[in-house]
Amino acid sequence: MRRMLIALRAILEREVLRFVGQRGRFVAALVRPLVWLIVFAAGFRAALEFSIAPPYEIPISYEIYIVPGLCAMIQLFNGMQSSLGLVYDREMGSMRLLLTSPLPRWWLLFCKLLSSTVISIVQVYAFLGIAALFGIAMPLLGYLAVLPLLVFTGLMLGALGLALSSFIRQLENFAGVMNFVIFPMFFLSSALYPLAKMAESSQILHQICILNPFTHAVELIRFAFHLELNALAFGISVVALIVFLTLAVWGYDPARGLIRKKA
Amino acid sequence: MSKAFSVDSVSFSFGSRQALEDVSFDVPEGCFAALLGPNGAGKSTLFSLMSGLLHCPDGRIAVAGYDMARQPAEALARTGVVFQSPTLDLDLSVLRNLTYFAALHGIANAEARSRAMESLEHFDLADRAHEPARTLSGGQRRRMEIARVLIHRPSVLLLDEPTVGLDLPARRSITRQVHSLTESTGLTVLWATHLVDEVEDNDFLILLHQGRVTAKGKMGDVAAGRPLSDVFMTLTGEAA
Repeated sequence: MRRMLIALRAILEREVLRFVGQRGRFVAALVRPLVWLIVFAAGFRAALEFSIAPPYEIPISYEIYIVPGLCAMIQLFNGMQSSLGLVYDREMGSMRLLLTSPLPRWWLLFCKLLSSTVISIVQVYAFLGIAALFGIAMPLLGYLAVLPLLVFTGLMLGALGLALSSFIRQLENFAGVMNFVIFPMFFLSSALYPLAKMAESSQILHQICILNPFTHAVELIRFAFHLELNALAFGISVVALIVFLTLAVWGYDPARGLIRKKA
Repeated sequence: MSKAFSVDSVSFSFGSRQALEDVSFDVPEGCFAALLGPNGAGKSTLFSLMSGLLHCPDGRIAVAGYDMARQPAEALARTGVVFQSPTLDLDLSVLRNLTYFAALHGIANAEARSRAMESLEHFDLADRAHEPARTLSGGQRRRMEIARVLIHRPSVLLLDEPTVGLDLPARRSITRQVHSLTESTGLTVLWATHLVDEVEDNDFLILLHQGRVTAKGKMGDVAAGRPLSDVFMTLTGEAA
């Protein structure tokens, strides 16, 4: 057990050092959601009129509505970038270093996942801080209450990236990830508009949004800001986390998955 | 004498392409064994199987006395692997690269640092410990990778073409250094290469060609008085 914790600490330290060394990645991680929040929301709020729905009890601004979705978007981007990192790592050989350690492989993959989640949470809080400076603030206790849920959603979205990285070679191309993973997940969710609005336009798209794990990550964060736990979103996210983690461990098994094609 | 590596009837294919076919050999403990073969002979595939990156569906591999299929953790804990492609984090310091590796083997900070410095000293790199790995030359980076895999005090080393891309003096220096490591510590080394001048007279030799072992034994016995390059040419049809 002690040896496993030593490895966790080292992997976490390494990922944080790499992140600190990549200032461009941090700036990009902040600029992206801020553009959505400040520019997109300003133009879009006039077009959207929506009735009050839980967890909101009073009318809210559109900017307030999209903050949870943008927090989840930061985590989704980070999860995908980490999986790109894994592909890069594997090509550059560092992943081989990890996979030839005598420690259990599932643990090493989990360490990678947890490290990426910690980095995504730093990004989320930096974003929330800047948003608050612009007057877009959440309930004060909500900032604290959302933390454990951000760990959970970060793990879930990171595990998706991990699973994809073990199977899909095209992940090396980030444009492909944007087009086929990030944009569909982001737009087919409740990040930018309540699902009731989507139902008015298309029942099929509405159903897809409900099945999308990203929707539930967004809703978990949204409810947590208001000190509530969305039980349905939590349940679906737990299932999604288990499925993505299982796929990732399966994909990194020496007997199958991508390693067999790439080793 | 007990065996440090035992490869028994191993076959492996990537889809329809047969990479290894009925490969068998044993390497005694404390011996420098050269796995010699041209590019595409199957050396890296065999190393991936021996280091647990790939699962061996046909045949049996034992490393440091442990079966790779049943006891991979025990085998990997006693193995140091240097891959053909570099596995350094160039932005981190030399020392941090080594302590990171130590942590992956469950060795904590103070102990890891002391072992890392000891290993770096052995390879004349101690004065570069706090510099980013990026500042090292190609030969120094390779020496650093070898220094790194000694941290957890393995009993066997797998080195997959560790001199690839290096100039002749750097190549000679690393090859000699690892040979002397075997002589002084009793470490068993399996060294993949396609260059005959890296093989010394007392080495154990395994010649791999098109996924098959075409010769094995003491280098002197295999060469039988002929230059090794001639033997290599005869058995593989390629110039070494």
